[in-house]
Amino acid sequence: MSRLRRIAQASSRDLMILAAVVTVLGLIPLGVSRFTLSVATTALIFALAGIGWNVLSGFAGQFSFGHAAYFGLGAYTVAVTLTEFSISPWVGLIVGGVIAAAFGLLTGWISFRFGLKGAYFALATFALAEMLRLTFNNLDYVGAGIGITIPLAGGDDWGRIQFEDTPSLQYWVLLGIVAVSLVAVIAITKSRLGSTMLAVREDEDAASSLGINPLRAKMAAISISGFITALAGGYYTQFLLFIDPDLAFGPFVSVAILLRPIIGGVGTIWGPVLGAAILSVLGEVTRSLVREPPSFLQVIEGVNGLDQVLFGLILVLVIIRAPDGVLGWFRRRRQRSAV
Amino acid sequence: MRGRPRNAIWAALAIVAGLLLTQSTWWDTNQTVFAQAVVSGLLIGGVYSLVAMGLSLVFGVLDIINFAHGALMTIAIYVSYLLFLNQGVDPYLSLFITIPLMFILGVGIQRFAINPVMDAPIHNQLLLTLGIAIIIENLALVFFTGTPRSIELSYARNEFDLGPITLDFPVKVFGAVVTLPKLIAFIMALLLAALLYLLIKRTQLGAAIRAAAQEPEGAELVGIDVRRIYTITFGIGAACVGAAGALVIPFLFVSPTAGATFNIIAFIVVVLGGMGSIPGALVGGLVIGLTQEMTQLFVSGSSKLLGVFVVFLAVLLFRPEGLFGRVQR
Repeated sequence: MSRLRRIAQASSRDLMILAAVVTVLGLIPLGVSRFTLSVATTALIFALAGIGWNVLSGFAGQFSFGHAAYFGLGAYTVAVTLTEFSISPWVGLIVGGVIAAAFGLLTGWISFRFGLKGAYFALATFALAEMLRLTFNNLDYVGAGIGITIPLAGGDDWGRIQFEDTPSLQYWVLLGIVAVSLVAVIAITKSRLGSTMLAVREDEDAASSLGINPLRAKMAAISISGFITALAGGYYTQFLLFIDPDLAFGPFVSVAILLRPIIGGVGTIWGPVLGAAILSVLGEVTRSLVREPPSFLQVIEGVNGLDQVLFGLILVLVIIRAPDGVLGWFRRRRQRSAV
Repeated sequence: MRGRPRNAIWAALAIVAGLLLTQSTWWDTNQTVFAQAVVSGLLIGGVYSLVAMGLSLVFGVLDIINFAHGALMTIAIYVSYLLFLNQGVDPYLSLFITIPLMFILGVGIQRFAINPVMDAPIHNQLLLTLGIAIIIENLALVFFTGTPRSIELSYARNEFDLGPITLDFPVKVFGAVVTLPKLIAFIMALLLAALLYLLIKRTQLGAAIRAAAQEPEGAELVGIDVRRIYTITFGIGAACVGAAGALVIPFLFVSPTAGATFNIIAFIVVVLGGMGSIPGALVGGLVIGLTQEMTQLFVSGSSKLLGVFVVFLAVLLFRPEGLFGRVQR
């Protein structure tokens, strides 16, 4: 118990920040339209997926380019357990997390055992996600390429996590899941497990010479990471009330997941949430700019793909100018001004 | 060298399996389908090889996962397509434009976008090339919309009198159809592979590239400007897709994502053949081409790519240095 208390003490500052962040995020539904709320909900879902990605790729340093695998497993588990077995998505979320963690343990064990690292590990994770996508695309049991539609419950239904009348509730429930996940991540970073992950990330050989088992640290990271990302995927199904192989396992899902923590700050607690906030504001601004441009830019009105061009440009600039994310950029500025 | 006897055993097993196959009843009914799968696989595999060679150089020398490779191919595809449409330039003539053009573009991208982040962690380089790919593909969408287009070569179905033999395209080989554009693409891919191989193995520039790949710091010490080598290498990589882009438009739909589909396959070919190995990329491309056609033939209802990914994972796990790579773990 004393170990737990020590972790709690070390986390107190981060927990206070968490309380502030959750309060601010919790106020969003009070003053916005239904459309903006759905943008915020999507942002939060991908923030949650990014929080999961960050555990494996940020803290433990194993760059995953296929987190859609976990996201999709979570998404499909919720859809299948609900439509085939009438099991509540609350249970489905947990089951999906466990399945994703098991998938992570199995594939992680094989990959790490064979010494895959860096670019090779990234490509292996990508291949695994693509294999799942192609398999689900041909699996009639899960609707093959057509996907699964979740039946409407009608009105607010806590058991089925559907809030047709009050969409704010759906956002707040999700915010609760995000908060719990962040508490878990904070606790991990302050625990021995977190230190071993960082040690493995910085120098695997040195870590193992100090008696750390790198395989164990990576296995712990991949299962926790898969579990959290699967929660996001499961909630995504509940939010869209629909899932298909591309939405669940597509390569762009993997990119969407890792983009947020990287923009915010890889291997930081708040990076995924900050990155998600920045990206959704940015995405909405560019989209509305193309939809209703100012008069001198009338030519770009409604041009398909232009918002994506802007997005790509910003991405390239961020990577060149702020290679360690927005949080890293702030930290460096502060260090420079302190000198 | 340790692998040699084992390779011989594998080859012998493959021959025995092949002989058994030709004796089975399955063979009698499916001979033509099988021949078509082999021919199609080899022909498209040649194009995969060409795309992968460029990627293999970039991956092997610069050690970055280049997701813009396919998007660069998209540019070459549209340049070649527009030249054909507006100026009536034959796609095979436009090679002389697309290859140098893509080289210059590649040099520019490396010089101004990628060189600044060469020391950053791999995810940054990956995201940077991904950002470039997003820009290129969506610019294509802005200018040409997503509608797939195609061109028709007037001479694709002609008869060719080659002295002793007359070829009436499409030619039949063991019952399998071979179209002229695919045959040209295949032969050109082999030719360009040979040229690239000579460039890397026999020229001073090639020696500098190899040195920068194996030991960047050592190369710097003996007076090689490694950054410049990186820039040239990326240019050569882009030139490969410049060639591939022009070669595929007679038989491929032109669309903003036309090149991207080759990107993933090229990665698999590179890992299969061994990073930085030109012969590896060549053999790997043919193997992957065959694998995808065989998957479609034997695993009914599944995607072609599923078998390709299975092969890919097996190689990653059991022979991560690739078929032609050096062991370095």
